[in-house]
Amino acid sequence: MKPRDKQLTIDEVVAQIEDGMTVGIGGWSPRRKPMALVRAILRSDLKDLTIVSWCGADVGLLARAGKIRKLVYAFVSLDSIPLEPNFLRARQDGTIPEIVELDEGMFQTGLYAAAQRLPFLPMRAGLGSDVLVNNPQIATVTSPYADPDGVFEELTAVPALRLDVALVHLNRADVHGNATYLGPDPYFDDLFCMAADKAFVSCEQILDTAGLTAGPEPTPVQRLLVSRMMVAGVVETPNGAHFTTCTPDYERDEKFQKHYAAAAADDEAWAAFEERFLSGDEDAYQAAVAAFHSEQEG
Amino acid sequence: MVSTGSTTGSEVTRAEVCAAAIADAFKDDGEIFASPMGMLPMLGVRLAKLTSNPDLVISDGESLFLAGVPPLFAKGDVVEGWIPFRKVFDVVAYGKRHVMMGATQVDRHGNQNISAIGPFDRPTRQLLGSRGAPGNTVNNRTSYWVPKHSSRVFVEQVDTVSGVGPKRAKEAGPAASRYNDIHRIVTNLAVLDVGGPDDTVRLLSVHPGVSVEDVQQATGFELAVDGPVETTREPSSSELVIIREMLDPKSLREREVPS
Repeated sequence: MKPRDKQLTIDEVVAQIEDGMTVGIGGWSPRRKPMALVRAILRSDLKDLTIVSWCGADVGLLARAGKIRKLVYAFVSLDSIPLEPNFLRARQDGTIPEIVELDEGMFQTGLYAAAQRLPFLPMRAGLGSDVLVNNPQIATVTSPYADPDGVFEELTAVPALRLDVALVHLNRADVHGNATYLGPDPYFDDLFCMAADKAFVSCEQILDTAGLTAGPEPTPVQRLLVSRMMVAGVVETPNGAHFTTCTPDYERDEKFQKHYAAAAADDEAWAAFEERFLSGDEDAYQAAVAAFHSEQEG
Repeated sequence: MVSTGSTTGSEVTRAEVCAAAIADAFKDDGEIFASPMGMLPMLGVRLAKLTSNPDLVISDGESLFLAGVPPLFAKGDVVEGWIPFRKVFDVVAYGKRHVMMGATQVDRHGNQNISAIGPFDRPTRQLLGSRGAPGNTVNNRTSYWVPKHSSRVFVEQVDTVSGVGPKRAKEAGPAASRYNDIHRIVTNLAVLDVGGPDDTVRLLSVHPGVSVEDVQQATGFELAVDGPVETTREPSSSELVIIREMLDPKSLREREVPS
């Protein structure tokens, strides 16, 4: 007997998200983001989401579409374009009602706490900075143990970042939810999955379980980042991280990212961008991106 | 003041003085992870590794520790370790790291802002976000690189405290101050630290061709000065060869700090 098949469609994943839920988005800034799932949220009627992400265009797009009631982040960047234009606009226009800006290490600690079912974990980050001033809900905790000088250190008590749903994008997965990353960095996708009640993995390609590690060029077992016990559903979305990186399958689409950033700066250009790229389903998006590139080359 | 120390015969540029000053910020660090954010810091760190501190551990800025010292933005060098983002956080807490970050604002007490200009609730200009600055500054040695020294950057008080200066760290208690170590602020005009009275920003040296008055004019608060201010050293001829011919043959440095 094999474990159960968890394959879903993009829309079936998004159907499991409800208004007001807390959604964690894996990857890191403009790297290996589950963009096909993010685009499906843009198309949906979902609203009032709490988004938890070390973020890039995932947050820019969701903010521009008015989907975010609360944002938990440490930075927002497109890397080659340092500041995310849609996020800037949302912050400067005050359109995201609730903002929780953390240090990026605190963010990881919050995910660890959630993954380990702890209310908080202590760390130094945050102390003395405005992260604790702007987030009065984050408390400090005094160590019960004296240091060698007899001091009881007062540390940041980073609250658990519990998620209702985690969305991550891996290179390969099987239908049961085991998944590998083939690029240079796992990011924190396993932590996102463990911090969530339900985690959904999108991937470039679904293989049979043996294919995840065997094959003409075997994949080291250390690349199996996500185990099926953490996963509620799997969806194959080729080029699904576009326009972020999905190394080694593809790198960031810098041309498209530039086009996105330029469009975000102008209302009319943005309307045209939405119409061209975001008004249809994922297949329509991928076709529009292909057309964009042949235009650029032609 | 400007001399021709180079084997290639041309005058030492301001960018090259900055690179050597950044290298000097890392020379006494020993065997730690040097994390430069931005181009000139990357150039300075690699210069230090090839001259004053070969024990420095450097990365490709992504996920690999590099055994060699490749030119800026080059790939394909020998790898000596793996440093994905999650392990960076481990090293921050471990403490064997010196990061040189950028700063949109730095204030009299060496607090840094990369988060937002104006009120945090509704910024007039949203920046990157606090990134790792709060954690860096209470865990490992932190320096700042400011390519355009001006009173817009050096302000009486930052709008948002991302990176924590020594005074605020002390006020937050021993857990915050124990490892707080704001080492150097290198700018296109000068080298500073936070060793002034009451943990304030202090002028250590002015670059060749820059006066103390120039630096004070470009600073939005009164700088602490101990006695006569030195002139920042110029890179040696062997350092200039390394900068010009090995690390940055395309002179990318001159774009960040035009002469």
